[in-house]
Amino acid sequence: MPAILVRELVKTFGPTRALDGLDLTVQTGEVHGFLGPNGSGKSTTLRILLGLARSDSGTAELLGADPRKHAVELHRRLAYVPGDVALWPNLSGGEIIDLLGRMRGGLNQQRRSSLLERFQLDPTKKGRSYSKGNRQKVALVAALASDVELLLLDEPTSGLDPLMEASFRACLMEETDQGRTVLLSSHILAEVEAVCERVTIIRSGRTVQTGALAELRQLSRTFLSLQLAGPAPEGLGKIPGVHAVQIESLPRGLAGADHAATQLNLQVEQSALDEVLRQVTQVGVISLNSQPPTLEELFLRFYADPAIGSLTETATNAQTNAQTNAQTNEQTNTAP
Amino acid sequence: MTRSGSGFSGTLGLLRLALRRDRVLLPAWISVFAVTAAVSAKATADLYPTIASRSAAAGAINSSSALIAIYGRVYDPASLGAVSMIKMGGIGGVCVALLSIILMTRHTRAEEESGRVELLGATAVGRLAPLGSAMAVILLANLVLALATAGLLAAVGLSAAGSVAFGMSWAGAGLAFGAIAAVCAQVSSTARAATALASAVLAGSYALRALGDSVFGSPLGPGWPSWISPIGWAQQVRPFAGNQWSVLVLSLCFSVALATGALALADRRDLGAGLLQTRAGPTIAAARLRSPLALAWRLQRGAFAGWLLAFVLFGMMIGGIASSVGDFLNNPSARDFITKLGGEKGLIDAFLAIELSFTGIIASAFGVQVVMRLAAEEREGRAEAVLATSVSRTRWAMGHIWIAMFGTAALLLALGGAAGLTRALQVGDANELARLVLASMAQLPAAWVLSAITVALFGIRLRLAMLGWVAFAGFILLAELGPLLNLPQWVLDLSPFAHVPRLPGVAVTPTPFALLTAAAVLLLAMGLLRLQRRDIA
Repeated sequence: MPAILVRELVKTFGPTRALDGLDLTVQTGEVHGFLGPNGSGKSTTLRILLGLARSDSGTAELLGADPRKHAVELHRRLAYVPGDVALWPNLSGGEIIDLLGRMRGGLNQQRRSSLLERFQLDPTKKGRSYSKGNRQKVALVAALASDVELLLLDEPTSGLDPLMEASFRACLMEETDQGRTVLLSSHILAEVEAVCERVTIIRSGRTVQTGALAELRQLSRTFLSLQLAGPAPEGLGKIPGVHAVQIESLPRGLAGADHAATQLNLQVEQSALDEVLRQVTQVGVISLNSQPPTLEELFLRFYADPAIGSLTETATNAQTNAQTNAQTNEQTNTAP
Repeated sequence: MTRSGSGFSGTLGLLRLALRRDRVLLPAWISVFAVTAAVSAKATADLYPTIASRSAAAGAINSSSALIAIYGRVYDPASLGAVSMIKMGGIGGVCVALLSIILMTRHTRAEEESGRVELLGATAVGRLAPLGSAMAVILLANLVLALATAGLLAAVGLSAAGSVAFGMSWAGAGLAFGAIAAVCAQVSSTARAATALASAVLAGSYALRALGDSVFGSPLGPGWPSWISPIGWAQQVRPFAGNQWSVLVLSLCFSVALATGALALADRRDLGAGLLQTRAGPTIAAARLRSPLALAWRLQRGAFAGWLLAFVLFGMMIGGIASSVGDFLNNPSARDFITKLGGEKGLIDAFLAIELSFTGIIASAFGVQVVMRLAAEEREGRAEAVLATSVSRTRWAMGHIWIAMFGTAALLLALGGAAGLTRALQVGDANELARLVLASMAQLPAAWVLSAITVALFGIRLRLAMLGWVAFAGFILLAELGPLLNLPQWVLDLSPFAHVPRLPGVAVTPTPFALLTAAAVLLLAMGLLRLQRRDIA
């Protein structure tokens, strides 16, 4: 049974459709990245999962139950860190951590003190005097110090310094080692790449991609920069999965006296990598520079508006490839 | 003013911004004040058309130190303006002062607390511009208020000079408390604390003038305590009774001096800081801080303590001065006036009934305030953290609602207890305690109805909760001005307080209390039910 199962969720605020048929599946025990640009509906989804808002249509299931009907029982089993933490101005950080923990049904005292240490948080300060990053830490300690099955984290590291971000990642790793499920909403890709096994990418309230990170990497392109000993092979640009081909003649002498060397830059999807390499080695490679595929490049393409049409096309192609290549990977978004 | 590098540069721009933010609030408040003054002038003119009838009414007030303590003295019993504005001068002045306090805090410390001043401070806006523009708003608002009130009073037939003096006396109180609030906003580091501090000064000023007018005063004028109170100054302008224009200079000098002080403080301190530093809190929460109710109590206990103190003091005061009401038993028109105000038999009982019922309505404001705090918890995003734990919406809301309900009960009990005990000691009759506690507590179901109305509005929609204050203001107006205006009974009956018998001194039947309690429970249940259905902001 998945920890979170969301199907075709729709939520409107007046004329705006905040969620427009969103799908999201989080398996028990995994760290799931929930990615999308600002205003794409991440927080709205979390608020529906918490029972704070009701959906207009679609279904949402949390730990096997209706998040609105069974909010009180469900919340005993989960902890939530909001993206914008508001604290009571006249309660100290320590009091807020204890209060939230007790209202959730208990707090692990040992972990509380070790987390305070790791996040270097002074619990005696009043809520009003914390900076944004420190307010975030109060919410993180309150959430991570309780023994819960599921963590819902809405951009939990916003405002944290890089050192604290690293601490947070380490904590998250320990959490998952103990079998906890984590839904991590974020737009910090490095963070998602570091901790998540699977991700769901949404845009304008719709799911545009979901799957294991390894699969998504196959959707992204490797940047190749080569110097060839001769003219570039004909028709490189026509191979499916090859993009942005740039060819430039280099001054004589680089590749010996009688040959004109060529500078070739291109972007290659994983599916075309083999074919491209086969063709260029026939010309002769003087030097090769390859930039590994980054998720960033993939997400930028997903987020950018005009590209979305061509993207879904390539995405589907690549997905079919991915499925044939890695049949052991279960693809939830294509399951009937 | 916009000389580059000056601490005030950008003030004009901020003033425009502030006036835009207040474009509904300010005209609405100013009209309510001006219209209320004019309407009660008109009503009094209809009620006491002859000089003889006015003199009798004025005599009723002037011969009772209790009424002098509450309203002030009528310095010209023959003057229509002086008689009709007696309630408006002192109590109205307090309301104008409250408006100035709210305006000043809203545009200074509240903005600073929210971080918006920081955003502005990084632009080409001088350090003193936020405070300077808030002062300009207060100055403008009070001048317009004075002119509008003077104009309407003159329009309903009061003397022109007196009308201007009355308007200016209100403006004087408004400016003085605007300046006091400006200092408070520099001293405290939160908007809540700044408002509380300025309101405490206001309450003190009113108490000083009550003391100065009654205990220390004579028919010629008040004693020294009234002369150190800005509310006392407003009354000593004596509109329609000699128009002492020079007293306005006193208000003005006081305001300018305090405003200069506030600017000096603002110039020296850091953004966000106050003179009163916030102390460190405990590392670990106390064991009892574990439920929504405990949290709500923690958030509201400071305000409750302030209210409780005020109610005990007020109870002691009305208990103590009730005996002096008997001083004018031999004046038939005085008897007529005070029974017209609401009693049925026994002038002392009538006096106590008036005071207790008025204070009962005031106590209901505590309930509204508590529910507004609940709404603020949601609006400011703190409800989300609680509701994401294992706490249902009903339990979360009830945490605050219990405090509204029991807090109001405790306030009324304290009021009746303090009044009853004081009176029991004075007349040597222990029965007085029980009688006055009962009389005070009789207001409770009606006060609950107002809290429940606010909860119902909050349940329907977060933003509607504000209308709880509108209902409160409406009930006060109905109770204070309704009989004077000869409004039809069904309009008066819209207020839950109209259904409470005037205790002590009349027979009690359980029916109105049962009905009011049932209405409160029903409205409460409705609000909680609606809260289940809607989205949390």
